[in-house]
Amino acid sequence: MLIHDDRVIHGLINTLIVAVGSTLLSSVLGTLLAVGLHRYTKSSFLNAFALAPAIVPDIVLGIGLLALYALLSVSLGLYSVLLAHVVFSMAFVTAVVKARLAHTDKYLREASMDLGATRTATFMRITVPSLAPAILAGGLLAFTLSLDEFVIAFFTNGPTTPTLPIVIYSMVRFGVTPEINALATLLMLVSFTAVIFAQRMTRPTEEQ
Amino acid sequence: MTTQAKNLIEIRNLTHDYGSVRALDNVSLDIRENEFFALLGPSGCGKTTLLRILAGFETPLEGSVSLAGDDLIALPANKRPINLMFQSYALFPHMNVGQNIAYGLEREKLPKAEIKSRVEEVLKTVGLQDKVKARPSQLSGGQRQRVALARAIVKRPKLLLLDEPLSALDRKVRSEMQLELKRLQLEVGITFVVVTHDQEEAMSMADRIAVMVEGTVGQVDSPVDLYQRPLTAYVGDFIGESNFFDGIVVPEGIKHPSLGILPGNRYGKDITGEAHLLIRPEDLKVAQNQEHSIAALVRDVQFYGGASTLVLGIDGRSAPILMSQPGATTAQRGTIVNLTWDPLKAIVLPKDSRRSTL
Repeated sequence: MLIHDDRVIHGLINTLIVAVGSTLLSSVLGTLLAVGLHRYTKSSFLNAFALAPAIVPDIVLGIGLLALYALLSVSLGLYSVLLAHVVFSMAFVTAVVKARLAHTDKYLREASMDLGATRTATFMRITVPSLAPAILAGGLLAFTLSLDEFVIAFFTNGPTTPTLPIVIYSMVRFGVTPEINALATLLMLVSFTAVIFAQRMTRPTEEQ
Repeated sequence: MTTQAKNLIEIRNLTHDYGSVRALDNVSLDIRENEFFALLGPSGCGKTTLLRILAGFETPLEGSVSLAGDDLIALPANKRPINLMFQSYALFPHMNVGQNIAYGLEREKLPKAEIKSRVEEVLKTVGLQDKVKARPSQLSGGQRQRVALARAIVKRPKLLLLDEPLSALDRKVRSEMQLELKRLQLEVGITFVVVTHDQEEAMSMADRIAVMVEGTVGQVDSPVDLYQRPLTAYVGDFIGESNFFDGIVVPEGIKHPSLGILPGNRYGKDITGEAHLLIRPEDLKVAQNQEHSIAALVRDVQFYGGASTLVLGIDGRSAPILMSQPGATTAQRGTIVNLTWDPLKAIVLPKDSRRSTL
């Protein structure tokens, strides 16, 4: 049984910590980045640059981040995987939120100020809620990507904290057992559900 | 409109640039208390810039704006007793109608009970009591506009700005809303300033209209005065249908190079040299005898039920002459008619290079 395998459970817990942590962090940072790019720049270079981590091959990103951690003498552990995942999943959140921003009425903020709201109130009561479906969709995307991410985790992981994909990888080396098939099916189901959910969120409902 | 109404807004020497483009050039205007005021002009004339300065979204380069004697420029948009109804309505998509309207009152930190009663009251005013729980996306264009209006007037502003309020509506809803806006303005007693490029919209609703030309105010007057007594050929051309003749000023009117003396009224103004003579289509008549008439060929007759328009041509003139008559006309296409007019109603205006057509 899968739940009696300590290695699998340990790996699952690690993966969930990384996935949940990087989802939360990248949702906040990605949204802020999207709003900033939308409001303050028309530069296509900056816009492309913000999305680069999503396009750069995982292996390049993995090696690059490992080199960066080494340069800063950061010891590796779960948090280093978490931060590495934030790097690329943030780009996905930014892309989704930016697409939504392009379709929202640009006068909503002015309308809010006109009705007496401060800048902070406008951001919290108008900007964020009107982007909520996109933020949620971007977050779900980030979660699924982090859940089964192997290459970057492999490079930036500490020796004692393997994530689930790494556990599966080490198990596969001794042959594909029914446990691995079951695990793969479960992972796929979770990812599928999240992606379908994200799809539904991004469907244009409010705007014509 | 009484002439001694108090000024609510005083705009003095307002100048503003967008990059290298001068959007407003030394504009001075007074807007009176409780009047329905219109800023009218083609796109790019500066009317929207002026509106955004009043709302607080732009800070002018130079000049001052005061509201009831207090400086307005120093106040940020969220502190001004002024509300704006956006052209796109800018309703908050994630809130229902009631929440949209309550938003501005919540920002004032009013007690919940008062907010509730004021929202209900304003919904009744605009006739949307049964839509409190609806989302903006579930409403028709006309209903959205009512919500936007309710959201602005529920704050009881001293001044309500309306940016092209009717442009997004189809024709039938338009005329309904036009009456509705006028009724509301009288009912709530708020000063309305509407920005529009549609002269019919401005003429039918406003007490006074400022016609804006290339960042300046061309003329501020009542709709009737703008139509009957334009100060420039530009304004005369912009407001309503018009026939222009160009010539040199003579004591009885102007001297046209081929048509001779065309009598007109200078309204005591001192005009010399080149000038325009403006005659409205309804002031042209078919001459009974031959005194100061001009012969024109009937090119087309358009019948609109209540009135007919004759499209006339004169040799050597490309622009058609329009003449309107009440009811049906006996004039036939291809015949020659002799046109005459009351010299008092034909206006002699100084030469104006900005007049768009000839």
